[in-house]
Amino acid sequence: MTRYIIKRLLGLIPVIIGVSICAFLLIHLIPGDPARAILGERATPESLAAVREQLGLNDPLHIQYLRFMGQLIQGDFGRSVITNSLVIEEFAERFPATMELSIAAMTIAILVGVLAGVISAVKQYSWFDNISMIGALFGVSVPIFWLGLMMQWLFAFKLGLLDASARLSVELRLDNITNFYVLDSILTGNWEALFDSLKHLILPSLALATIPMAIIARMTRSSMLEVLRQDYIRTARAKGLKEKVVIFRHALKNAFLPVLTVMGLQFGTLLGGAVLTETIFSWPGIGRLMYEAIMQRDFPVVQSGILIISLIFVFINLVVDILYSFVDPRIRVN
Amino acid sequence: MAENLLAIEDLKTYFYTPSGVVKAVDGVSFSLKKGETLGVVGESGSGKSITAMSILQLIPSPPGKIAGGRIVFNGDNLLEKSEEEIRRIRGNDISMIFQDPMTSLNPVLTIGEQLTEVIVLHQKLDKTAAAARAAEMLRLVGIPEAEKRLKSYPHEFSGGMRQRAMIAIALSCHPKLLIADEPTTALDVTIQAQILELMNDLKDKFETSIMLITHDLGVVAEVCDHVVVMYAGRPVEYADVETLFEAPLHPYTWGLLASLPKIEERGKQRLEAIEGTPPDLRHMPTGCAFAPRCSKAQTVCREKQPLYRQVREGHYVACHY
Ligand SMILES: Nc1ncnc2c1ncn2[C@@H]1O[C@H](COP(=O)(O)OP(=O)(O)OP(=O)(O)O)[C@@H](O)[C@H]1O
Ligand SMILES: [Mg+2]
Repeated sequence: MTRYIIKRLLGLIPVIIGVSICAFLLIHLIPGDPARAILGERATPESLAAVREQLGLNDPLHIQYLRFMGQLIQGDFGRSVITNSLVIEEFAERFPATMELSIAAMTIAILVGVLAGVISAVKQYSWFDNISMIGALFGVSVPIFWLGLMMQWLFAFKLGLLDASARLSVELRLDNITNFYVLDSILTGNWEALFDSLKHLILPSLALATIPMAIIARMTRSSMLEVLRQDYIRTARAKGLKEKVVIFRHALKNAFLPVLTVMGLQFGTLLGGAVLTETIFSWPGIGRLMYEAIMQRDFPVVQSGILIISLIFVFINLVVDILYSFVDPRIRVN
Repeated sequence: MAENLLAIEDLKTYFYTPSGVVKAVDGVSFSLKKGETLGVVGESGSGKSITAMSILQLIPSPPGKIAGGRIVFNGDNLLEKSEEEIRRIRGNDISMIFQDPMTSLNPVLTIGEQLTEVIVLHQKLDKTAAAARAAEMLRLVGIPEAEKRLKSYPHEFSGGMRQRAMIAIALSCHPKLLIADEPTTALDVTIQAQILELMNDLKDKFETSIMLITHDLGVVAEVCDHVVVMYAGRPVEYADVETLFEAPLHPYTWGLLASLPKIEERGKQRLEAIEGTPPDLRHMPTGCAFAPRCSKAQTVCREKQPLYRQVREGHYVACHY
């Protein structure tokens, strides 16, 4: 097992190099001048040149890339050219917000998606199946920003049930331990903050959950339908097991395998979806940080950010692969 | 004579498909006495498996439905029992093993989990006692290092071992009836013989009756006491093994017997299959279902369905002649 993990980790090296090149080129090849973004429209040509020189933007691209990589290897992700703070610190500060949102979204997506998929498969062609599959089709095709805005309008402005922006109402104080607000409120016994942070969390996590939920539901359904046809399900029934046991113990455990892979991929994609969701819901996470950095041509934040997000993506997929080998004895590696 | 353990009376199991009603089982009757082994033979598609699955009510529904008849087990009509009562019978009083051991075991659960599960369910034993019983069952079916093997997954077993494990699962609650649906078809010849021998031994040990579904008349000759021959969803002949092999009455049985290679000729001669194909179960001919393929068929055979009647003590046949 350890050898397998080490092998997989080594396999990440070329991926990281590839991603770093892409991140680097992306920000350096698109039009727009970081120096002008920093100094504003009325900067003199001299000061622009000075800033470019200072940022190393006059060097050939491959030199700039090597410098970027050299710093990365030393753990230096650079500084924001706008705020001058360390990129890594900016990310560390924003990261818990994104994780809280993503975990909430993924939890909703998995619980609802798997359950809907199982019921749809067991009661194939029932009204439940039809409605949830139409819902799933809607879920994968609706644009997140539109859905987010609609939900804000309905639940926050019309009904006033939930909150549409930020993580906590301004008048509330919360001592931060982990920066996961829900967790922090529980840890500090601050029930008012818990209730409030949940009210803030629900809408953005629902919006973010929509696509993975729909995909997981469809995947679970088709995977379950496939498994329910298998001989070992007939064996399980012939043993006299309750239908519940047949479905959850014998069928779902098998049907879950392909779903697990999809979940891993979806969790990664979620980080991309977070950029949109966080922007709409003013959620102070790394998605919003990236959005601001792109708007301001803050190239160190963007290129390191892409890299960090990709690393998280790759890492999550590695975790899923390892989990997979735990669930499926056939590919368990010794 | 021992009493009937199982009596199937005029069983009808239909599949309601978009292209018509498939009468997979259409008026099957036979009985099985305590302690005996009954062979059920017939070509592919003759309704053997569907008959067996009807007994435990495992027919996928929709589209399948048991449309009529009685299945009397130990004096009770199973078709009148509730789902809950049937569940208590499955795997406990009547258990079943299937053709393909490679796909009949759940790949993500250990052999031990799949074995103890049924013991805990029906015998109300605690985990430790169930595990001990499970290990004992594996030993009984001839799997060495039983304790260790309980932790194995099906993919770590060979085909023969998986079928042994299936037998262990099926017999773990000492059922009164074991339904074996072509238990050896997917295995190679030497393993086939071992599995049959094992079933025969355990049958005596647990006083279990067996309903053995097979294509192979050679197997029937070796292990069965009585045989029922099925054709297109109906029984065409029933007799004890000696009678069936020595004085078969139905032309279809003759055909099956003729297609059985004689021991001394095995390998030399090609199987002499019966000419033609079975009828479409959605549009059965009005007369005898076998008439279109029967060399002895007369006008009456094509017009009137023959009665399934007793011609001598314990010998039934459905033929006009
Ligand atoms: N789900 C189903 N829908 C429609 N028809 C079915 C279904 N299952 C079985 N049948 C029909 O029932 C008939 C009998 O099937 P069955 O499996 O009992 O045959 P068998 O005698 O066991 O054959 P084999 O020797 O190949 O196992 C088949 O001809 C098949 O067309
Ligand atoms: Mg069959």
